[in-house]
Amino acid sequence: MKLTKGKIADLLNEPGCEHNHKKEKGKNQACTQQAKPGAAQGGCAFDGASIALVPITDAAHLVHGPIACAGNSWGSRGSLSSGATTYKMGFTTDISENDIIFGGEKRLYKAIAQVIKRYHPPAVFVYSTCVTALIGDDLDAVCEAASEKFSTPIIPVNAPGFVGSKNLGNRLAGESLLDYVVGTAEPEYTTPYDINLIGEYNIAGELWGVLPLFEKVGIRVLSKITGDATFEEIRYAHRAKLNVMICSKALINMGRKMEERYGIPYIEESFYGIEDMNRCLRNIAEKLGDEALKQRVETVIAEETAKLDIALAPYRARLKGKRMVLYTGGVKSWSVMSAAQDLGMEVAATSTKKSTEEDKAKIKKLLGKDGIALAKGNAQEILRVIEKTKADMLVAGGRNQYTALKARIPFLDINQERHNPYAGYVGLIEMAKEFDRALHSPIWQQVRQPAPWETVSS
Amino acid sequence: MTTIITNKKKSVAVNPLKQSPPLGAALAFLGLKGIVPLFHGSQGCTAFAKVLLVRHFREAIPLATTAMTEVSTILGGEENIEQAILTLVEKAGPDMIGLLTTGLTETRGDDMDGILKSIRKRHPELDSLPIIFASTPDYKGALQDGFAAAVESIVSTDYGTPVETLPKTSQQQVTILAGSLLGPGDVEEIKEIVEAFGLKPLVIPDLSGSIDGHLDDDYNSKTPGGTSLEQLQQLERSLFTIAIGESMGPAAEILQQRFGTNYKILPSLAGLGAIDKFLWLLAQIANYNNDGDWQFNPKIPQKYLRQRRQLQDAILDTHFYLGGKKVSLALEPDLLYQTSCLLQEMGAEIQAAVTTTKSPVLEKLGIDQVTIGDLEDLEDLAVGSDLIITNSQAKPLAEKLNIPLYRMGYPIYDRLGNGSRCLVGYRGTMQFLFDLGNIFIDLGH
Repeated sequence: MKLTKGKIADLLNEPGCEHNHKKEKGKNQACTQQAKPGAAQGGCAFDGASIALVPITDAAHLVHGPIACAGNSWGSRGSLSSGATTYKMGFTTDISENDIIFGGEKRLYKAIAQVIKRYHPPAVFVYSTCVTALIGDDLDAVCEAASEKFSTPIIPVNAPGFVGSKNLGNRLAGESLLDYVVGTAEPEYTTPYDINLIGEYNIAGELWGVLPLFEKVGIRVLSKITGDATFEEIRYAHRAKLNVMICSKALINMGRKMEERYGIPYIEESFYGIEDMNRCLRNIAEKLGDEALKQRVETVIAEETAKLDIALAPYRARLKGKRMVLYTGGVKSWSVMSAAQDLGMEVAATSTKKSTEEDKAKIKKLLGKDGIALAKGNAQEILRVIEKTKADMLVAGGRNQYTALKARIPFLDINQERHNPYAGYVGLIEMAKEFDRALHSPIWQQVRQPAPWETVSS
Repeated sequence: MTTIITNKKKSVAVNPLKQSPPLGAALAFLGLKGIVPLFHGSQGCTAFAKVLLVRHFREAIPLATTAMTEVSTILGGEENIEQAILTLVEKAGPDMIGLLTTGLTETRGDDMDGILKSIRKRHPELDSLPIIFASTPDYKGALQDGFAAAVESIVSTDYGTPVETLPKTSQQQVTILAGSLLGPGDVEEIKEIVEAFGLKPLVIPDLSGSIDGHLDDDYNSKTPGGTSLEQLQQLERSLFTIAIGESMGPAAEILQQRFGTNYKILPSLAGLGAIDKFLWLLAQIANYNNDGDWQFNPKIPQKYLRQRRQLQDAILDTHFYLGGKKVSLALEPDLLYQTSCLLQEMGAEIQAAVTTTKSPVLEKLGIDQVTIGDLEDLEDLAVGSDLIITNSQAKPLAEKLNIPLYRMGYPIYDRLGNGSRCLVGYRGTMQFLFDLGNIFIDLGH
């Protein structure tokens, strides 16, 4: 896959993405947005591509670039595996000044050879980076030659950091899967109830809270793209009957293009909260169009929600009326809101920074009239809003953890670095536990308490 | 002399040990007060470094990016650097900016001196803002090299005339160049020791004030502590420079060239002999500056005489557990030197030593060979050893080899207290020996 301006523009204007439905000027910022000089935040396209592909557990992920790209980041992603651990390893060509002067292609080819020789992965994903893209190394050609020579799929991922944001990197990763992986093998058998989960990365093992539900109602997850996936299962993803997009915007191009190429319809769902989980199961059953399946889904929903009500009762009592400020991106800005409200908590403010118009409409409905929608924000802004709304806690990504803690405010991590699975019905119990633990910890009084000598007025 | 092995045939780093020089430079800059380190590169360069440092220190870390894109890289980064500096000044109001390059912008070849000159010309309002610049291509060296490059640029920068309003104390000032082998807790201990001799330490960089893990009253978008601009303006007043870690040598040399300050390099600050040397040096400096009828009478503060005896006792108690143990290390050169010397002094055997980058200190390791390599090399070399010492990325390999892992270096994700841990000085050495001894006791050795 050659990376061209046209290709990037296509991905940024992905018609499957809600961000692009309203063609007004400036509406597309969520996809094109890039850090501004002087800003602190945000991963690059390479980061985004890694987030989307590294969860493929048995593949080797080889970064063609200087040490920074892999050396500073390998092994730190939160996706869990039920099998292979190859994805946890860091592979990089660690190029030197010489490679920059003479070109890094030979080194890359040898690196691929050495990885295959020692670790025998079923596939190698090769990532370009700013420096190797700048010096013009032909990743596609090297990968093609190596694929042939070693009879192993070597997949180029052309998402150097400087082409854009994490979001664009996700989509570029999706393109690599579409061009090189999906449709290259056949499953042993298929059923009318085969679905793919797209954009769920099994952070903290979240998938494992949801897969048993699918099994119970008789839905088969054919391919997980890409949380806890094997390379092989993604190859035959084109035989599924339905694509279920979870973190929907990230790999939206996969959903749309698989519909185009293989006629697989897609739906966008969330696993967070009772309402969303119920809707997800119902929508899948609806799409697969089978009365018996719909019936089983209703039975399971009834069972699960009844169990959940009992399990959540003590937490609901303790969490009722607690107020949070939610600072996260896209889908999660409303999906977590609905989960929080299932627990009887209130959302005093939430971010709409990366949200689509559709997301924003949902947020508005959930927020009520007093809630604040934060169009933009940084640490100071978040703290200001917490103070203004007198919120009890901050729910945000790990990046803002210390913003909250340093301000002596309870915090819950909701993004990809989190350690607890919140998906599905069991996830909601976990979330309730964490909220309770964070809010009712005895430490808050201590860290806010002045020393005796500070209270003496002179 | 130790043979340095680089595997020329190996074209891939597997489970890299090394982090990038820009990350090291940013870490050094973080030891200055009121600074924001600014990466001249793609936004990812900053994001990865930030995530690593935040997870290691469990602190908010202020880092910024010039956010280079494909287009701005080709056109040159001047506009982005200018915009980044102006934005930082407006949003964070820093006392200083630590600007560093990355692989991307070094490959492109931005003329940084020229760019900074023309920005300064256009923006006279920045005249009083020091912009400390370090060239740190990702493809040359490791964290330690970047850290050293930043310290060299810190001591080369002109901070203007000293502000005389600072109270002139009777204490004489000593510059301490604190190398990348020292964490915030180590620096804290060093400052305490220097002060105990009646000397005033000017530590560069002083991580103990900024990322030591403490609660401030306000939110910080720049470093809350560290070496201040006022202190840096006093640099030339120092009586002497003590460089800790071999990699701090060039920076000490710069200070001598600029201000005529004599220096001594101490490659290690752990282990009885190394600490004795440090204290003896401090005693002599303190003695030297006694006014009046000078006589040679260096004095060691009482508490260190006592700590020294405590350490000797600890050495006796722990040698049963450490003696004859085979230890495999994968650390940056300076930390490798300090740690392997101490282990050898305790009668342990260095089975394998892996490091990240070239350094003159490697030849003095006192072992047969050292490999410049990665954790895959360590995995091959460490088979059969009793202990592995490296960063927490080696956890899977230690489990695979069924060898206990003691965490040192960067990053350490799975241990608390990296901001306050101290493994230097008499007390820090005792802590290190006890930590290791306890590991062996747990194993029933």
